[in-house]
Amino acid sequence: MSAVKTILEKHPNAKRESLIPILQDIQESCGYLSREVINQVAEYIDLPAAKIYGVATFYNQFRFQPLGRYHVMICRGTACHVKGSKKALDMVVKALGIQPGQTSRDGLFSLGVVACMGACGLAPVVNINGEIHAKVTPKKLSGIIAEIRAKELSNAKK
Amino acid sequence: MFNIEIDGRNVQAGDGETILAVCKREGIKIPTLCFIEGLTPSGACRMCIVEVEGFPGLIPSCSYPVKEGMKIKTSTPKILNARRTIVELLLSDHPDDCLYCLRNGQCELQKLARDMDVKRLSYSKVKTKRPSDVSSPSIVRNPEKCILCGKCVRVCEEIQGVSAIDFIGRGCKAFVGTAFDSGLNVSTCINCGQCILVCPTGALTERSYVDEVAATLADPDKFVVVQHAPAVSVTLAEEFGVKPGKDVDGQMVAALRRLGFKRVFDTSFTADLTIMEEGSELVHRIKTGGKLPMITSCSPGWIKFVEQFYPDLLENVSTCKSPQQMLGALIKSFFAKREGLDPSKIVSVSVMPCTAKKFECQRPEMAVDYVPDVDYVLTTRELAQLFRRYGLELGAMTPDTADTPFGERTSAGKIFGATGGVMEAAVRSAYFLLTGQEYPEEKIPAVRGLKGHKEVKLKIGDLEVGAAVVSGLGNARKLLDEIRAGRKDIHFIEVMTCPGGCINGGGQPIGADTEAIKARLQALYQIDRDDSVRVSHKNESVTRLYKEFLGEPLGKVSHHLLHTHYKKREIKV
Ligand code: SF4
Ligand code: SF4
Ligand code: SF4
Ligand code: FES
Ligand code: FES
Repeated sequence: MSAVKTILEKHPNAKRESLIPILQDIQESCGYLSREVINQVAEYIDLPAAKIYGVATFYNQFRFQPLGRYHVMICRGTACHVKGSKKALDMVVKALGIQPGQTSRDGLFSLGVVACMGACGLAPVVNINGEIHAKVTPKKLSGIIAEIRAKELSNAKK
Repeated sequence: MFNIEIDGRNVQAGDGETILAVCKREGIKIPTLCFIEGLTPSGACRMCIVEVEGFPGLIPSCSYPVKEGMKIKTSTPKILNARRTIVELLLSDHPDDCLYCLRNGQCELQKLARDMDVKRLSYSKVKTKRPSDVSSPSIVRNPEKCILCGKCVRVCEEIQGVSAIDFIGRGCKAFVGTAFDSGLNVSTCINCGQCILVCPTGALTERSYVDEVAATLADPDKFVVVQHAPAVSVTLAEEFGVKPGKDVDGQMVAALRRLGFKRVFDTSFTADLTIMEEGSELVHRIKTGGKLPMITSCSPGWIKFVEQFYPDLLENVSTCKSPQQMLGALIKSFFAKREGLDPSKIVSVSVMPCTAKKFECQRPEMAVDYVPDVDYVLTTRELAQLFRRYGLELGAMTPDTADTPFGERTSAGKIFGATGGVMEAAVRSAYFLLTGQEYPEEKIPAVRGLKGHKEVKLKIGDLEVGAAVVSGLGNARKLLDEIRAGRKDIHFIEVMTCPGGCINGGGQPIGADTEAIKARLQALYQIDRDDSVRVSHKNESVTRLYKEFLGEPLGKVSHHLLHTHYKKREIKV
């Protein structure tokens, strides 16, 4: 919370124009925008919470749930699309039971989509916690997810 | 004024007028979906397109000003095709649900589909699924029927100063919702229902209690009574196709009785009572140096608004319950005792012009010893629905009068239904309380009319009282900010949530324009002109009630039954 305060103090007399930079700074430092934080920002710049939520959801970059332990980012850029990234996305949505922008209830996975990762030659591309997986197929992806789940399960048992 | 040409005819137009406005005057009804009278056009829906010579493409007439010599065409095949396409696209992602829709027959989308001769769907259907929000006691939102015209968002922000809802997300995934897409019940929504009045479709409706009331009317173990608010009798007839401005008080009372209500009471009675309590409170505050300005408390949307946004001014708000809640409290105490009835057998229904009253009657403050003062609130629209369901022809009823002991009213209580009415009624009686004489003027023109913010200085004895009247909470915001900043010349403020007051409440018949609201207002003031008793302190039933039961205004019984206190409400969605 105090991190948020520090960020707000960096924007004295903030008005509407500062909303996006403030939200970006907060997401950078907290990983996501919580209800508490949005209410706090609402009060600080005297904007209704519904407005702020509306603006924030307009952009893909903002999240409203904390990241999962594994953050899965699927590229939906043109090259990846042509190579079938939609199928990969559908498969992940089904397997994890969450939509892009959401986090699974157990906190293990979160899902995001990006426009282009600049690795079009490897399309379709999926990035999990910074690790790039090239030329993924739904089958390959489900294998990766199963692997992660198994690993976490055995860790939990230890 | 200058000349322009519309569809080949020469027409006079003035500077600053929009094409849409000139066409309307000329008898050409251009369809609109996102346009709201009185607000700056947003140009979102493109339904209102026309062709203008020399301009490429089609021009939205709602946001385009006329210019001298302009040549406008309003219904070329190109225009009509484009309009039809817009409707078809809207319908392609719309549930074909008309038969089961509350807005069936009153829906602008449905009407457009017919007017544009949409005969089949030319676009494949991709129906977006989104759950309805039924969390609010007042408003139901069905996003699947929403056509994203944005009117509700604008009214909520620009007229009401609330902004409980906004566009969320973008592109084809955009929808209208609250912060964090939570239920309306935990949002800042004040339940005013103004969004329902502007919504072209069935996406926004009142939470209906018609079924519940019908069931209780059929239950022989219940003693079901009803009260009706001042603004209902002057709008109800519109639901049955009568043009605005007709008072059907007597026929409505007769029809209510036919429905099976054991007693029909008039909320204007407790409006008179409110004046006695609130007037005494004002006089008391003035004489003892209490908190001023005093602000009225009869509008439940306003109460939630002040709890959320101006908690520092809560002490300025009168402690009087609203007339609906006062009458509810009296029915289950004084009336129950007098009739030898067990209060738990009484079901108290009220008919209100208002959706926020549904929220109000469920507030914990509005119960005495855990018995709610009022059980169900129906809007004017729902009452009409009950009449239709039971096959009651309003126009065929022989007029009847409301029941004792809460049926007598003065016209001061009746004008509560319009902005300025509470102020005028209060001044008439406060004058009497302070000077012992009747208020000399027949009316107070400065507080009448539909303007959103009215002020006047009044001489009462040797006091000069500053009075302000606001309706539409955006207007209240501006005034309250002045008060916060230290403005001192105002002593009494009347706030009504809905622009124009209850005659334009969120529960009133759909589709009223400014002319219709004016006609409703005139109907109330006509009653005030015609009535013989025009001041609340001369309501004999009120006087008797004080003698037999309440004692005196602000006395112990009043305090227990008729007054309450509100607390700061944290906004935590
Ligand atoms: S909103 Fe209108 S078009 Fe849609 S289902 Fe209801 S009546 Fe039919
Ligand atoms: S009921 Fe009133 S406050 Fe609530 S969303 Fe509608 S316009 Fe806004
Ligand atoms: S809910 Fe109604 S008023 Fe609001 S955007 Fe949808 S269609 Fe328009
Ligand atoms: S489109 Fe996916 S990496 Fe460029
Ligand atoms: S009514 Fe003109 S653009 Fe919607």
